[in-house]
Amino acid sequence: MDKELEEKEQVSRRDILKMGSVGAIGLAGSYFLNKVAPFTGTVNASSHNNHKKKNSHANHANMSDKSKTNGYKMAERLLTEFDYGKVSTLPNGQTLRTYEVVAVDKEIEIAKGIKFPGWTYNGTIPGPTFRCTEGDMLRFNFVNKGSHPHSIHFHGIHPPEMDGLDPIYPGQSFTYEFEAKPYGLQIYHCHVLPLARHIHKGLYGNFIIDPKKPRKPAIELNMVMNGFDLDLDGENEFYTVNGYAFAFMNHPIKIKKDELVRIYLSNLTEFDLLNSFHLHANYFTYYPTGRDDNPSQFTDTIMQCQGERGIVEVRFPYKGKYMFHAHVSEFAELGWMGFFEVE
Amino acid sequence: MKAKWWIAGLIPLILLVGVLAWVLKNGAGVEQDPAAPIEVLNIERIQVTVSGFEVDVSNTGPETLKISQVMVDDSVWDFTVSPSQTLKRFDEGTVMINYPWVEGDPHAIKLITENGIITEGEIPAATLTPKPTLENFLKYGFIGFYVGIVPITLGLLWYPFMKRFKRKWINAILALTVGLLLFLFVGTLADGFEIGAEAPSVFQGNMVVIIGAALTFLLLIGFDQYQHKKQESKGYSPYALALLMATGIGLHNFGEGLAIGSSFALGEAALGTFLIIGFTLHNITEGIGIAAPLLKTKPRFRDFVLLGLIAGAPAILGTWFGGFVFSPIWGALFLGIGAGAILQVIFVITKLLIEDHKKFREPSVSWLNLAAFSVGMLIMYFTAFFVKY
Repeated sequence: MDKELEEKEQVSRRDILKMGSVGAIGLAGSYFLNKVAPFTGTVNASSHNNHKKKNSHANHANMSDKSKTNGYKMAERLLTEFDYGKVSTLPNGQTLRTYEVVAVDKEIEIAKGIKFPGWTYNGTIPGPTFRCTEGDMLRFNFVNKGSHPHSIHFHGIHPPEMDGLDPIYPGQSFTYEFEAKPYGLQIYHCHVLPLARHIHKGLYGNFIIDPKKPRKPAIELNMVMNGFDLDLDGENEFYTVNGYAFAFMNHPIKIKKDELVRIYLSNLTEFDLLNSFHLHANYFTYYPTGRDDNPSQFTDTIMQCQGERGIVEVRFPYKGKYMFHAHVSEFAELGWMGFFEVE
Repeated sequence: MKAKWWIAGLIPLILLVGVLAWVLKNGAGVEQDPAAPIEVLNIERIQVTVSGFEVDVSNTGPETLKISQVMVDDSVWDFTVSPSQTLKRFDEGTVMINYPWVEGDPHAIKLITENGIITEGEIPAATLTPKPTLENFLKYGFIGFYVGIVPITLGLLWYPFMKRFKRKWINAILALTVGLLLFLFVGTLADGFEIGAEAPSVFQGNMVVIIGAALTFLLLIGFDQYQHKKQESKGYSPYALALLMATGIGLHNFGEGLAIGSSFALGEAALGTFLIIGFTLHNITEGIGIAAPLLKTKPRFRDFVLLGLIAGAPAILGTWFGGFVFSPIWGALFLGIGAGAILQVIFVITKLLIEDHKKFREPSVSWLNLAAFSVGMLIMYFTAFFVKY
């Protein structure tokens, strides 16, 4: 086999030089490459300016989306719908309010196109906003049609056996009965263990006890701040008011100029220590727990820990759009953002 | 009789079709709804453009899925998907996100499906993804040129020097080559697994590497034996061996180019003088390896040019492929083929060495050969310090 190759001519000295020149050019070129290559480690910050201008369309999700999805409709309904119960009068003259509450497993649209396998009171997250007047007798007929034991734990003053610590098993029912007191903004939620799971899945809502002397007439809005953890890693993916991300971003809440607006605001966000409410271009009066005898604040930002709640009262002196959102930027950008549109 | 034989072969097939049809129609009787929706969305590639990101995705899960929301750095963003937000099994799509990214910053993209399944993609350091313009083509080609052609040509230049070696020393050089190649073989396999792991799991990237390597190795061996039978010659001609080695090393360098090209495209690495010198030092030994089998022959100049091109030029192709159209599964396949080819060369050279030493009644693992083998491995090991980043 070697004979064949031996016939081939030998490598001449000149050929070697030729080969060497390729390598030499190569090495020389490496210096050149270093100068022109865009692959050097240093980052040129100014190079970014040119594309920033073209980026004016970059924006938060669904900004231009005006469609009214099921999720949005739920959030809008919860904003102004109050459940006063079935009203009757007891022999002693006391008002009796009877509420029907059913725990059901339900898929909730929590952001456009995103389904969340929720545990709900009456099919919404948050649950219905129960409303009554201080001194009323309340009767909550609770039926558990869900897949897990649940309960209703109301905040307020009531006998401990009505506190909702005992789990009501699927298919069972229980009637919570107590007198409404004290006036203010209360909340309610499931108190079955593991607590974080039962609350985070959606079993909570606002519970308003009006004072005997009615508050000043106002546009009344109900807002429950919450979060949703989709991958169950103990961190929320979306933050919302009334259960739907960016609900009032594309459908601003319509308000009339100088009209008194009263917001029943609570925080039931699981996994995060705090949530907050910030109003743009205006100031509001904040009554912690909705009580006039608590020291109020005149401010544009308040914070609430989990379970904390209060009443926001505000008038808008100018026409136009006022943004409101959590002043935790991350929450805002993950869905907790909206507008008041003042006309 | 023959008909019977055919029927015997067909019966199991017909029964199989019957069983499948029955199961498809009536279910297997072991149905169970998964506890959570099973959705597998793969991020194939993230391109950084002037206006934001373009994310190539594919659905390799068992069911149709819908991309409903996109988050960038923990913030919900507008996006569009072409051709459609809904992806059937094995459908591909591109998610376009307008985003004011920051040069050099890491960015994280979350794609959330209708059922709340989250797929995360990362941009380690944002920089414009190179577009296949002529200028970029030349730049990337240039990198490949330094990584492949230059060092191999320089290595081949040792030929006249090594030519004067005595038989024992030539064998030592061959042993050194085995050391080099063994290092390259393991390295190529490891790179293949690494890249294969990035491919969607349904394609089983690791198996693709193994299959590529095993088939290439066996095909080359089989082809070799077939040639022997035909020509009744014995063993490879030195030139054919060099050619084979050049091909194997070429595929390895393709993989190297691939890794370099894609990491530049991803903004992960910077190519400085240091890296160029590193690759030159690291790959120069490959040239020595290719020249080694030719020491007892008289090759022509154009043979060297051809060998250098075969071994070096794939690095250029690799940087292009890695920089512009990177696809992990193809990368894994090429690296698998490269590993198989290198293994075959190791096999042939080792056989050659052993036979030569047998002929002269010497031990094949002489101290000299062992030392040369170790030097080969160590050279590769230490010069690799320059190119690991």
